This record gives sequence, structure tokens and C-alpha cells, in this order.
Amino acid sequence: MNRPDRAAVVATAPPARLPRFTRAERVTHWVNATLWFVCIATGAMFRFGIGQSLITDRGLARNIHVIAGLGILAAFLVAVVGRWGAALRRDLARFNRFSRDDMRWLRTFGGDRKVRLGKFNPGQKLNATFIGAAAVVLAATGSIMKWNQPFSTDLRTGADFVHGWFAVFVGIAVFGHIVMAFRDREALSGMVGGTVSAKWARDHRPAWFAETQAPPEGEDPVSAGGSVPVDA
Amino acid sequence: MSSDAGSPVGRRVFLGLLGLGAVGVATGSTLSEWYQELAKNDPTGLASVLPGGGGWRYYTVTGEYPSRTHAEYSLNVGGLVDRPFTLTYDELVALPPTRLDRDFQCVTGWRVADVKWQGVRLADLLDRAGVQADGTALRFTCFDGEYTESLTLDQARRPDVIVAYELDGKPIGSDHGGPVRLYVASMYGYKSAKWLDNIEVTRKVIPGYWEERGYDIDAWVGDSNGRNDEQT
Repeated sequence: MNRPDRAAVVATAPPARLPRFTRAERVTHWVNATLWFVCIATGAMFRFGIGQSLITDRGLARNIHVIAGLGILAAFLVAVVGRWGAALRRDLARFNRFSRDDMRWLRTFGGDRKVRLGKFNPGQKLNATFIGAAAVVLAATGSIMKWNQPFSTDLRTGADFVHGWFAVFVGIAVFGHIVMAFRDREALSGMVGGTVSAKWARDHRPAWFAETQAPPEGEDPVSAGGSVPVDA
Repeated sequence: MSSDAGSPVGRRVFLGLLGLGAVGVATGSTLSEWYQELAKNDPTGLASVLPGGGGWRYYTVTGEYPSRTHAEYSLNVGGLVDRPFTLTYDELVALPPTRLDRDFQCVTGWRVADVKWQGVRLADLLDRAGVQADGTALRFTCFDGEYTESLTLDQARRPDVIVAYELDGKPIGSDHGGPVRLYVASMYGYKSAKWLDNIEVTRKVIPGYWEERGYDIDAWVGDSNGRNDEQT
């Protein structure tokens, strides 16, 4: 695959940093994070009375909680449609697929250093998948709680129960996500500045590193450049 | 990529979580009952903090907790009585106290076990006012400006109906409906009007705030609102 001229370019000028997340993906991540933070803060206030003296108007706090929660889904939909969503859609497809290496990584709790991971490790994939499902479940159960007239008290209680338990696990997942981000600063800088060092990619995400060094199959330069003559 | 696309684990996890949420909504009412039985025997107290494990929920129909100091507070007893009167907080507390140690059951499902209440029997206040012959019911109004409740005269004269000013050994706080609230031990929580400041004897039952919105007027725990909770 590697033609001599490409190999020469790589050898003489190794790229110091590789693009990992587009601007659109990073904006999506931080908008999402902010909305979750608002939901967690207001939710903790209702459940435990934390910071209740700060916001005495519970009606306002509840509206903020509902708007931020539904905003998570709305922001995601905006992010995933349209041209700016292409990179996010590709990453969502990556979250879905677990390779044989991923399964081995899971079985060894990440202990097997020989596995060749893709762009995301399976923990990141599961975290993203869980948060996505939780956003849907929490929005649905929260809606039953907020617009409760059509529902029996049994269903309201059930919605309340599910909302509470998913919220607990979201809290654990978000806490773990933040701890992991600070333990791996290079991964964090991928979500802050958009790039990671080539060395990090080679050491921690070898299958993805290889992908970035060769055009992926199905996107050969000829078809990808189909519009070039028009532009030129 | 095509050589090891991997299994669609992400999608299965995502759909599995949505299914778990739906099953949880359908069965959560029963699950939380079991869970509360377990939580009663949990020496660490952790179980009662987790969702479904009991503990107070603080409701208000106006979006805020109205607050009134002991000095500002007064209770009116009037309507179809011979001797209408007004009590200050100090005067109420000086009357012969009644203590009740009973569970608190909300119609939405949550229950708090063994709550210690102290207050004045509503029957004593009615005797002091002298209910006229055509008075058959009571209407309670509250200083949040919105909430109302009702009882028949017979219900109101029960020994387990008190005008409460102490909860678990402490003056009742604003979130719990203090400084003074109604406590109707054998009925669902919505009968125990918070922030009580006016008791009026009426010719017939006038449905209260939630009763106008579909809740049963006779709110016996375990025998109303389509619920079968254990009696408090």
C-alpha cells in the first residue's frame, strides 16, 4: 500500500499532532457537558436539598432542569444532522462496533497491552452509549413526571424510580469520565484543542493511528476528489 | 476497517438500556415497595438515600416554600362556629399536646416510616370554637395562597388528626409546611395540608386543591385513589 514517496514524507516530516475531533464535535461535547451539569446540579438540589438556599424559586429551578434535559436531545439532533455532523456520525458508528480486540480489552479490564484499539477504547464506547441511552430514558421518564395527568400513579412512581436510578448511574459515569480525562491529559487535549500527539495515537490507539496514515478503504482519492475539476 | 468491523455491541447496549427503562417504569412501583422493605432493615441508612428507598419529597403547588416566622404566624378558626378565634404560634404550642408516631404515605408512592409528630388535636380546637348544627365539614386554606383541603366533621374529630407544629422532635421547617401544618395520619399525604393558617367550618365538603384535580376526597391510605398501600 505504502508508495515510496509517501513513506519518505512520513519519515522526513512526521506530523507532531493528529486531528481527533472537529470543531463541530467539540462544540457538541461541551454544550452537552454544560447541559448535563445543569441537570445534575438542579437534580441534586431537588433530591438532596443541596444548595437549596441559593435558589429559593423551585418552580424556576424545575423549569431549568426540564429545559436543559430536553435541550440535551435537541442539541444532539442539531449536531448529528447536516454537513457539520459527518464526523460525529462516523464516531457514532465507531461506538457501535466492538472489534475482537475490544472484546479482549473488556475481558482483561484493559490489562492486555497488546490489543490494537481503534479511535476509542471500549470503555469510552460504553460510556458514550450509556449516556446517550440515559438521555433518552431520563427525558422520557422526566416527561411522565412533568406532564403526568394521563398516567396512573403506578406509572408515575415507576417513572420516578427509573429517573432516580438512571440519574445515579449518570452521576457515576460522569464522575468516572472526568477522572479518566484528567488521568490522560493527551486524550483530554483531543477534546479541548482538537488534536492529539502522534506518539499518543501510536501508543494508545494503534489501529486508529494506522487509519490516519492511510486513506480509509472506500474513500479512494479518485472518488473523493470527484468534484475537484468543477471547483478548479 | 472491513476486515474487523466488529459486532454491533453498542446498539445492543443502547436498546437494552431503553428496554430496561421501559420495564422499570412498568414495574418500578412494585420494585420500590420491595426495596423500601429492605431499606427498613439497612443499618447504614444508605438504602434510604438511594432512589425508591423512601425519604421525604418536598412538594409545593406554587413553586416556592412560603415562610413565616413563629412571631408572624397565626391560625384562624371560623366559619359556622359559635366562638371564632385566632391563635398565635405560642398560644397553639401552649395547648395540651398530642404525639403521634406514624408512617407518612404519599399518593405518588413514597413512604416515610415512623415519623414523630406533635401537635394539637383538631377536635380540641373545634370544641373550643363550638361547631354549629349545620356545620358538617371543614375547609383548610394555607398561607402559600393556593393550597386548600377538606375533611368531614367526623373525620376531623378522629384522635389521629392534629394541627402539628413539631416533626421528629424539631419545629416544622418551611419545606415540611411549617411552622404549622395539618397531619391526618390515616390518609394520603395531600390531606396533611402544609402552611395551614385558616380552618373554616362549612355546610358541606368543598373539594381541595388536588381533589379538584382528580384525587379522592376521602383519602384513606390503602383504600382510595386506586392504591393498596399498607395502612399507616
